[in-house]
Amino acid sequence: MDLLEHQGKKLFSEAGLPVLPSVVARTPAEARRAAEQLGPRVCVKAQAKTGGRGKAGGIRVCGSAAEVEAAATDILAMTIRGHAVEALLVERAVDIAREMYLAITVSREVRSPLLIFSREGGVDIEELAKRAPEALLRRPIDPLLGLLEYQVRDVVDAAAFGPDDPGGTGAGKGLAAVCRALWRLYRDRDATLVEVNPLVLTSGGELVCLDSKVTVDENAFFRHLDMALPAPEDRREAKARAAGLAFVPLDGDIGVIGNGAGLVMSTIDQIATAGGSAADFCDIGGGARSEVAQAALEAMFAGPPVAAVLVNIFGGITRCEDVARGLVEAITAAGVDAPVVVRLDGNAAEEGHAVLEAADLPNVTVALDPDEAVRLVVDIARRRRAAAAAAEAAVAAPAEGEGV
Amino acid sequence: MAILIDNASRVLVQGITGREGAFHTGRMLAAGTNVVAGVTPGHTGETIEGVPVFDSVHEALAHIRADVAVIFVPAPRARDALFEAADAGIKLIVCITEGIPVRDMAEVMAHLPRRGTRLIGPNCPGLITPARCSAGIMPSEIFMPGAAGVVSRSGTLTYEVVHELTQAGIGQSTAVGMGGDAVHGIGFIECLTLFEADRETEGVALIGEIGGDDEERAAQFIHDHMTKPVVAYVAGHSAPPGRRMGHAGAIVEGTSGTAATKAAALQEAGIPVAGSPSELARLLGEAIKRRRTT
Repeated sequence: MDLLEHQGKKLFSEAGLPVLPSVVARTPAEARRAAEQLGPRVCVKAQAKTGGRGKAGGIRVCGSAAEVEAAATDILAMTIRGHAVEALLVERAVDIAREMYLAITVSREVRSPLLIFSREGGVDIEELAKRAPEALLRRPIDPLLGLLEYQVRDVVDAAAFGPDDPGGTGAGKGLAAVCRALWRLYRDRDATLVEVNPLVLTSGGELVCLDSKVTVDENAFFRHLDMALPAPEDRREAKARAAGLAFVPLDGDIGVIGNGAGLVMSTIDQIATAGGSAADFCDIGGGARSEVAQAALEAMFAGPPVAAVLVNIFGGITRCEDVARGLVEAITAAGVDAPVVVRLDGNAAEEGHAVLEAADLPNVTVALDPDEAVRLVVDIARRRRAAAAAAEAAVAAPAEGEGV
Repeated sequence: MAILIDNASRVLVQGITGREGAFHTGRMLAAGTNVVAGVTPGHTGETIEGVPVFDSVHEALAHIRADVAVIFVPAPRARDALFEAADAGIKLIVCITEGIPVRDMAEVMAHLPRRGTRLIGPNCPGLITPARCSAGIMPSEIFMPGAAGVVSRSGTLTYEVVHELTQAGIGQSTAVGMGGDAVHGIGFIECLTLFEADRETEGVALIGEIGGDDEERAAQFIHDHMTKPVVAYVAGHSAPPGRRMGHAGAIVEGTSGTAATKAAALQEAGIPVAGSPSELARLLGEAIKRRRTT
């Protein structure tokens, strides 16, 4: 789970990392009050779970309370890279002498935490890695040994503070302390990313974490009881999660239910290849029983209407018969009239087919293999879309005539 | 002898008294597996499906020889179970458990090499050498002994491909489910190395998905080191960036880890990439036949 800047900074502050005094504001009036308390010069920052806030105009330095109120009004109305601005962080402004980059993330390749430092900060780090890979210092951290002192020294050496820097070479001590505190935070909070970009040296010779980007591991929430996933905005996702299902909303109009993450991803891909578009990713998991299949279908119909549904089950441990029973119950109970294409194979597939046959639901079509199932559902969805468009045109046509 | 497990393998089940552990112990036995012991703290003296249960792995090994541990222990205690098995001298651990924190897995992966222990998983269906040994939860009914090696990040896609292979009369040497987590044990390259050296295996199906760069590195390895035919499939072409697609490790981060870059890397290395699981099975069957006739 990605944290917002102000949530990350709260963890930073608890871990002893240097952050500037700041206040979270949700209205322009709150932002103004915060500025009066922190000012005169403050920075108003959009709180949204995305990078590129500065480029999008979501970060503004202001010199007066009136300016803050105006900036807050603008920024709160913004959507940055598809993310609505959830709140503002009003933070005391500082004079920056140098900007650096410091992060710890998990490396899948070396299967351990990786510390990354660059003298050059405040830039897009992926771009920097391409442009000047030698500018990045990388040190894998043994998770059983932790961050070692020589690695901290490597970072301080790479920073190369000199007599021209504010605070002189003394800034090195501050940087060493920041490295150690950041590692403790990463480990103790089960983070998978802690990023400070930029880590700044102020003209007063102080080190400050000007931004924070923290991702915490949802699988570790059992030992961080203060952490919880925010309720999903999408109603389908919320319903599915309550039933313990993995659900990702997508933009298309073909509902997809399957068992196993790989199988569902593959089904969605094949729908796209065949010219259709999936409305969701819904994995009912291995060993899925009839209630789960029912919950999946209910979650899907809690969202925007779908043109058709594809249920793709390969029964390993899952018994297709159980899934079929769940589907029949859900379709009957909810009075679902959208066409449903069902493909059952593997464990108890014949029994599953018998259940569907006995129920004799007019909107259910059984497909015998996955390729046929995809072809069928894409074709049905296309015809339903065309029919809906024709109906709309028929309604719109007379209205157009009247208008002339 | 297939890879990693065969009929000489002696399996110990950690978390054997739990619902999943007990259920799958029965299924492993039915698949012909030599399940010799189970472990659940506080349950020594009990039996599950006729298998004796002990309090600890050390205690079990004092009575019975075992060389493979299959772990069904819940996520909060899985790290400890992994350390316990490795420290007791088990050389192959299969961890089925889903939802283990990344920090725990990083610690485990830092420790296992010191014990010379190999890990399959976590968050995986395990592995199977058909008709000889099943260490995990794969449905043995759809498998049949033969020449096709399968290595995969996805359980159900493995079943899908294996089912097609079996129906086409192509048996499998060993199928390995590596699991869907970001930090995991065995990888494509390790499995491919074993398949290349295995006399029974004549070709390999590789099933990848979005996230990380395991497929890209495997592509290079296959190009440089494999003489046996390898065919591939990658799931997740339509996955939106930044969203976890079911598996913890199945996530497109920025522009890296996409299905398109993986498929391209495999194709550039000369590896046929299928458009669907059924096409993958077909391609592998053809590749094995070609290899036999030339």
